[in-house]
Amino acid sequence: MNEEWGYQWGLPPAASSYASDIDWLMGLLHAVMIFIFAAWGIFFVYCLFRYRARDGQTATYHQSGESASFVPDGLVLAFEVWLILAFGIPLWAMIKQQTPPEKESLTIHLIAQQFAWNFQYPGPDGKFGRRDVALVSAENSIGLDSDDPASKDDILTINNLYVPTGKPTILRMTSKDVIHNFQVTNFRNKQDIVPGLETTLWFEPTLEGKFEIGCAQLCGLGHTKMIGNVFVQPPAEFDAWQQQQLAEKTGTADARPVTPSTDSRS
Amino acid sequence: MTDAHGHAGAHAHGHGEPQGFIWKYVFSVDHKVIGIQYLITSFLFLLVGFAMMLLMRWQLAIPTPGDDFDPEKLGMMRGLLNWLFPESMPFGFMDPVFYNQLGAMHGTIMIFLGIVPLGVAAFGNFVMPLQIGAPDMAFPRLNMMSYWIYLVGGIVLLSSFLAPGGAPQSGWTSYAPLSIVAPPGQTFWLVGMLIVITSSLFGAINFIVTTLNMRAKGLTLGRLPVFCWAQLVTAVLLLLAFPVLEAGAILQLLDRVADTSFYIPKDMIYGATVFPRAGGGSPILWQHLFWFLAHPEVYVLLLPAMGIVAEIIATNTRKPLFGYKEMVGSLIVIGVLSFVVWAHHMFLSGMRTSLATLFVTTTMTISIPSVAVLTCLLLSLRGGMIRFNTPMLFALAFLPMFGIGGLTGLPLGFAPTDLHLHDTYYVIGHFHYVVAPGSLVALLGGTYYWYPKMFGRLMNERLGKIHFWMTVIPMNFVFFPMLIQGMFGMQRRLATPTEQWHNLPVQGWSMMIGIAAAVLFVGQLPFLWNFFWSLKHGEIAGENPWNATTLEWACPSPPPHGNFAKEPEVFRGPYEYSVPGHKTDYWPQDEAA
Repeated sequence: MNEEWGYQWGLPPAASSYASDIDWLMGLLHAVMIFIFAAWGIFFVYCLFRYRARDGQTATYHQSGESASFVPDGLVLAFEVWLILAFGIPLWAMIKQQTPPEKESLTIHLIAQQFAWNFQYPGPDGKFGRRDVALVSAENSIGLDSDDPASKDDILTINNLYVPTGKPTILRMTSKDVIHNFQVTNFRNKQDIVPGLETTLWFEPTLEGKFEIGCAQLCGLGHTKMIGNVFVQPPAEFDAWQQQQLAEKTGTADARPVTPSTDSRS
Repeated sequence: MTDAHGHAGAHAHGHGEPQGFIWKYVFSVDHKVIGIQYLITSFLFLLVGFAMMLLMRWQLAIPTPGDDFDPEKLGMMRGLLNWLFPESMPFGFMDPVFYNQLGAMHGTIMIFLGIVPLGVAAFGNFVMPLQIGAPDMAFPRLNMMSYWIYLVGGIVLLSSFLAPGGAPQSGWTSYAPLSIVAPPGQTFWLVGMLIVITSSLFGAINFIVTTLNMRAKGLTLGRLPVFCWAQLVTAVLLLLAFPVLEAGAILQLLDRVADTSFYIPKDMIYGATVFPRAGGGSPILWQHLFWFLAHPEVYVLLLPAMGIVAEIIATNTRKPLFGYKEMVGSLIVIGVLSFVVWAHHMFLSGMRTSLATLFVTTTMTISIPSVAVLTCLLLSLRGGMIRFNTPMLFALAFLPMFGIGGLTGLPLGFAPTDLHLHDTYYVIGHFHYVVAPGSLVALLGGTYYWYPKMFGRLMNERLGKIHFWMTVIPMNFVFFPMLIQGMFGMQRRLATPTEQWHNLPVQGWSMMIGIAAAVLFVGQLPFLWNFFWSLKHGEIAGENPWNATTLEWACPSPPPHGNFAKEPEVFRGPYEYSVPGHKTDYWPQDEAA
């Protein structure tokens, strides 16, 4: 069903709507960096060779080109101003300061903990069941209130995030314990998840397949193993998955989530 | 204005020549002895931090046992590691907790006990009073105190390995609340840091007062060597930035030991229950306080190195530095701007996202004076007569290496690309290029340059050149692959990166990095040998072995207690080389016309 992306040489495949913008910017910046370094480097090597100490040569006391030395400063400044105005402000605003309208998106709650990712889907009613820290237990890791009617059709998964193509997914993220960071390299995005604070990350997947979630903020001894998967599916497959989850849930009448497949690869 | 008072030559120096070994070399108040104490202590700490890193690189080169792994046949290295660390490195594979401890301690040691004491306290202490023609620091006893406090702080930090649960393991950044719930080693870290910070504050006050009040007659600020300017700006940064971290660390200490909750939010769960004193605090507050120090700290690591490079380049090109005023102005601007860029470490921390735009702008702005300094140093080569001695090789290597460090800061300081690169090996590669092939290389150059002044003998040139190539080449093989790994998404602080399949294609580089790190370690042996061998057997240096112009070369090598037989008087700027019509190609600052 899902293609597991084989990671190869080169940047990992760009799998979100804005990933190609970021890749383009990465390319541009590195091209400019290499150009600046090469220009400096050529001048540097030339100077070392041309002005090496030799018999009968003297150093020049009087300087020239005092004002010419401001040319590189000016060029770098102009480049950076252009960069900020053309990309820095608009691209950042698009990815981080705005979120797509909730009505046209899939909103999912992510509750991070040492060392797992808990996902809560609102289900068909579109409402998230109430969570209460007092209800947290080994069986109920996110503290979902089963008395709340809105919780009846909620779908819970651990470490596996299922999302459809064709519309944005918005993650509303909180942490139970310490700071974590949700990173999917293919989406070219990441965000800290801070206890006591809700942070948001959105993405619109453009490639179907299975991608890896990593925790990018040191969170303790299991930090390395805090791994998950994103399964990006066509909308029909995603709906089928959701139906299946609901059917399983009513069949067992248990608030527990589906058993995670951790795919630890050890 | 400040030339004439506060300083009346060696004979009026507040304390007499000390007698006996202990008072002369151990509990000395002489800035030169203290500088050398700092030099040796910080080199020792650098060695300890480096050894920790070698263990980590060993782990990262082969993170998990392969199919052909046989615990009966461990081989020499695995056997040794298994014997040395039976619990934390069984069979030579590292426990993640031990990995996190080494990671946190490597960063802390290298920065706070290694590079800063070396760049600021060792060279600042030894060279700065000589360069300004002073008999000692303004407060010699405070100076001695700051060394001993630093040593105690360092010992407290290192002894955290003996604490139950081991050394701090929350990264050198000690982000709350992970650091609040960490084992007692973290308390050692906080106490040790408070001690080290206090030592730095004493040093900073001493440096500022000495530079401003004790300059020789005629040594106006406009004639001050770039190195002294760099030290002055650095001291101001330390004085203004460190108290913020000190306050922040005290709050974290209270959170750990006094049941407060400055950094602990409401409803935090730890150990499957609600954290007993959770409430009201903010984890992000710690990050703001920490980075408010830690970004200026980057420039504390860098500015002394720039100053050293400027001195060495001027001496060995035999011509004045290009753009003295531009360079000094840029150092000051860097110092000021370094206080308003801290949150570029926090684009993804959960702080208000619109703030990022402001910090992107300030971050891009601070690159301009840095480019200016580099451009001036580069243009200083033009028209020179370059002598390629060991200090000069190190100073020259600083330019392209710091260039890479600075350039790779661009996609990190630029928020949209930081989305991809944040917390990856690209960050590690970037800041190591600034600090190791950048600052540390310059500091090694400074060691070769001022060694004859410290000990009266030159270091061996042949060994120095071997050391140079065996430092600069392996360093690039260590740090450049990290940029590649980070570009492809490998995160930092992973004990076993191979757990994540997106890291597998770039895992191979880790083997190369490990080998290069081992070569780098071997490459330091010629330096160690050279350092001690030259004490007895080096070529006698004389007063001014490099034919340099600044005041530290106008007193005997090594300078006696009180430095100058007679208070020097300064007649000209610091870099009067190859002045047309002058009898030699250098015209010392104190030589009457």
